[in-house]
Amino acid sequence: MRTGVDKPNDTSGTIAPGEVLLAVEHVVLSFGGVKAIRDVSFDIRKGEVRAIIGPNGAGKTSMLNVINGFYHPQTGTITYKGDPRQRMRPYIAATQGIARTFQNVALFKGMSTLDNIMAGRTLKMSNSLFSQAVYWGSALKQEIEHREVVEKIIDFLEIQAIRKTPVGKLPYGLQKRVELGRALATEPELLLLDEPMAGMNLEEKQDMSRFIIDINQQLGTTMALIEHDMGVVMDLSDRVAVLEYGQLIADGTPDEVQKNQRVIDAYLGVSH
Amino acid sequence: MASLGNFIEVLSGGLLAGVLYSLVALGFVLIFKASGVFNFAQGSMVLLAGLALVRSLDFLVAHSMPFAVAVVGALLFASLVMAFTAWVIERFVLGPLVNQDGLTLFMSTIGATFIIEGAAQLAFGSDVYPLKLYPTDAWFALQSLFPGGVLVNKLDVWGGLIAAFLVAGLAIFFQRTKTGRALRAVADDHAAAQSVGIPISWIWFVVWLVAGLVALVAATVWGTKLGVQFSITFLALKALPVLIIGGLTSVPGAIVGGLIVGAGEKLAEAYLGPLIGGGIEYWFAFVLALAVLLVRPQGVFGERIIERI
Repeated sequence: MRTGVDKPNDTSGTIAPGEVLLAVEHVVLSFGGVKAIRDVSFDIRKGEVRAIIGPNGAGKTSMLNVINGFYHPQTGTITYKGDPRQRMRPYIAATQGIARTFQNVALFKGMSTLDNIMAGRTLKMSNSLFSQAVYWGSALKQEIEHREVVEKIIDFLEIQAIRKTPVGKLPYGLQKRVELGRALATEPELLLLDEPMAGMNLEEKQDMSRFIIDINQQLGTTMALIEHDMGVVMDLSDRVAVLEYGQLIADGTPDEVQKNQRVIDAYLGVSH
Repeated sequence: MASLGNFIEVLSGGLLAGVLYSLVALGFVLIFKASGVFNFAQGSMVLLAGLALVRSLDFLVAHSMPFAVAVVGALLFASLVMAFTAWVIERFVLGPLVNQDGLTLFMSTIGATFIIEGAAQLAFGSDVYPLKLYPTDAWFALQSLFPGGVLVNKLDVWGGLIAAFLVAGLAIFFQRTKTGRALRAVADDHAAAQSVGIPISWIWFVVWLVAGLVALVAATVWGTKLGVQFSITFLALKALPVLIIGGLTSVPGAIVGGLIVGAGEKLAEAYLGPLIGGGIEYWFAFVLALAVLLVRPQGVFGERIIERI
């Protein structure tokens, strides 16, 4: 059981491991007449792997989109690092250390694996447009420095062989891995993973689980994870939030959630 | 021997004229590559850049400034005008349309075309303004080989040099720099680009700025050739077959497409013209483009369209 404490390499000063990194409170999100999220509150503590589960259409992806600023909730607050706000903006979320992957893999398809992950370094590179235009000075120097960081990520994810391949040509499992690499390149404090193992075979799932554990333990990255494979969820996560029809129906450790009658009903159906 | 000389003359003239089409096509490619938008307004941007350049140049010269200084001043002024245009387009046309369909963005550039054309002529006038930045006289090469030599237009040679320089620079910018990568990233996927912290509004501003500067370069060459006037916007039409042949997503493709169109239409005019009655130059490029569309819809250099099912 990983408790989120005693993580090595944890250098962020503001939030200590185990304290609340992000909290959503009374969030309501609707599209026209459709209520995607109805008054949901939960928190993510620093250093933990937080799973968000629920049947299809429960509002899990909408929740991630709210956290990362793609969707703006009608009411409710999102408190990140002690700073409450009504809505996030994707650019702000990224600069403050929230990275994510997407349910349907959103890669830059025409670009190589290397360029995709390098794109994740954009915020870390500070050279001027002029320097880039003449390709001299800081632009050239930083390209080399950041390439080194990216090569480490490529080694970590074991995707050396596909470095120069346009990602549109890669099989689905590898695309998911490249997408994880791009998110890692931003050096996130909070990593949102939207079904990182959807459509994978057993071996690929095991690889991905291993990467998630390594990222969490070695880099101390906090994670929020949407996943349908219950075995994976129960093994990987420290705490599980369960959504159904946009409502939070259970929240607790994997053991508690598994025994919760409402969760069992939501998944297996219940006769009324 | 004379016919070979004639052939070389037609071919070189055609290739060099083709480079000038490439200069206009480049602006299209840049914006399409970088934002997935087919920018219908590129022709009008050439007009705007040209008018800003020639009018400020005339103004500075009329106020007894040395010609070289005046040219630098006018280029700076025109660059500023293009930067302002880029900002306005990002802020009021494209900015509100983030995450919208490519066709929606395309339609919005058609609207921008009319506004730019109107505003440019309102601000800078609607006459024909002569511009003389490059030598326009002819040059007779290879006189020892062919009687009378081969006629080469010096302006076309300048155009070729400028285009080569521009393409080399743009290729490095796109492939090797942070902003270049971010541009391609935004073109592929808005949401994913936002998620890694690429500021879309800044990227779009840069794209339109670069396209505006390319339009300015095209305007210096075409303005010297034809004079700066409204009909310069029709160049955009000639750029379409260049784009189809070269591929919408390829900078080198824009150059090669231009060469093929330029050489093709001049050769067809010279050799097919007498047989079928002439006037081929005006439609040849479009027929060529149709043929390419049938055989290779992504163009000679375009990215293969990969679709997973």
